[in-house]
Amino acid sequence: MSRAAVAIVGAAETTELGRIPHMSQIQLHADAALNALADAGLSPTDIDGVATAGESPTGVAHYLGITPSWVDGTAVGGCSFMLHVRHAVAAIEAGLCRCVLITHGESGRSNVGRAGRGSAASSLQGQFESPFGGMGPTTTFTLPVLRFLKETGTTLAEMASVAVSQRQWAGKNPRASLKTPITVDEVLNDRMIAYPFTRAQCCLVTDGGGALVLVAADRAEDFPQKPVYILGTGESTETPMISQMADLTSSGAFKVSGARAFAEAGIDHEAVDHLMIYDAFAHLPLYGLEDLGFCGRGEAGAFIAEGNTSPGGRLPMNTNGGGLSYMHSGMYGMYALQESVRQVRGRAAAQVNDVEISVCHGVGGMFAASGTVIMGSSAAR
Amino acid sequence: MQIDFTQVPVPIPTPETEHFWAGTRVGELRLQKCKDCQSTYFPPRPFCPACASRSIDIICASGRASLASYVINQRSHPAFDGPYAIALVTLEEGVRMMSNLLNVEQTPDALILDMPLQVTFQPVGEEIVLPYFEPRVVRS
Repeated sequence: MSRAAVAIVGAAETTELGRIPHMSQIQLHADAALNALADAGLSPTDIDGVATAGESPTGVAHYLGITPSWVDGTAVGGCSFMLHVRHAVAAIEAGLCRCVLITHGESGRSNVGRAGRGSAASSLQGQFESPFGGMGPTTTFTLPVLRFLKETGTTLAEMASVAVSQRQWAGKNPRASLKTPITVDEVLNDRMIAYPFTRAQCCLVTDGGGALVLVAADRAEDFPQKPVYILGTGESTETPMISQMADLTSSGAFKVSGARAFAEAGIDHEAVDHLMIYDAFAHLPLYGLEDLGFCGRGEAGAFIAEGNTSPGGRLPMNTNGGGLSYMHSGMYGMYALQESVRQVRGRAAAQVNDVEISVCHGVGGMFAASGTVIMGSSAAR
Repeated sequence: MQIDFTQVPVPIPTPETEHFWAGTRVGELRLQKCKDCQSTYFPPRPFCPACASRSIDIICASGRASLASYVINQRSHPAFDGPYAIALVTLEEGVRMMSNLLNVEQTPDALILDMPLQVTFQPVGEEIVLPYFEPRVVRS
């Protein structure tokens, strides 16, 4: 039996979520950071490590008045913050810094102070994908799913049940953007965005942020909140081009990242009380459940449709309502991490009973990258 | 579905991809094949992604392909006059690429996974010819 080396002692989102046109993107980082520092009983001068994506760590550190001895600007899309947690664990263990602040902020809806996105016409995506009319995630992240449905025998109705299940969780969460219950038929008959994805199966576009504070586990009890220990982490990348996934029905990055995290934590799937799988679109939990080993090949759709991940089910998943119903600013990974922290602390809006272990799994780009963080209420592993 | 080829985002070739775009200008779909491990790959790069060999041949693909997956985009795009499919096609040589599907209804009923396809070429801009795909009649 080993013990976790690092714990989360501060965690918070921005004061507001949803539509925040009166705040620039860097201020969303700062608002979340100040809330997380207050949660930990700390001030910026206590921080000596800064990690972020979307903005530069230099910019965030300077804005907050921090002179760090360690920074990480790993930017691999929405799961970057999972990788920051992993890198922070290594940095604290190695003695490179003592107290890490990870920040996220994104003016995804209001576009205040947000740098441009997109691929240069000379990049490989610009040459071999952009000419064919892709318009961002709705038309690229979604591209593999018909192959997944055909090869696994998963139905469109089963995929629609992802949105139904998560709306049930969102209905319990006052901060969720969408709370009104929906049915499978309503999901399937919603406005078509990119066949076979209707609007209800595509993520929200909102503003917000979040931040985490991490320290060595042996001093985690000195802070005001119940510590959330990092039991295991994983990361990987596959391809920046959706057309070049090795297998359209499975994410290589999910498999590597998930397996590493489970091995490090030394747990099996039965030990998991709570699960977050980054859901920019409704098919991602299907891929995630299968690639992480929670379900066998082709079983994830029925598993969700039967209610196993819904309130009262045996594997509560995406309990904040997810990117489909809670919020999604563009890089959603931070909000999945926040919900895992809340569940392990026992302070979630839709609290699951006795969460000792939470698995938080993220995706970056369009199946381009992945990060997994396994959190526990006890340092033992 | 019609494509306004003047509105298509035009690729800018790099030294590593120039042979591909030179090929489409003369109606060839050029791939690369490793002389050491024999694997055929895409997109272009001057070394084999399977074994890292720099010993590479440029080959001309048959142009025969099948439909691997797609979405039908409903949002408006300046190059397309209505809902259009963005497709992933698997070439006979085993590589996969993104494209659009010409001369076929852009509907789930008409677009059946694994249907046989054939490459066809269309110029966009002055320098670039893009590879598109259309249904291939299979003679029994």
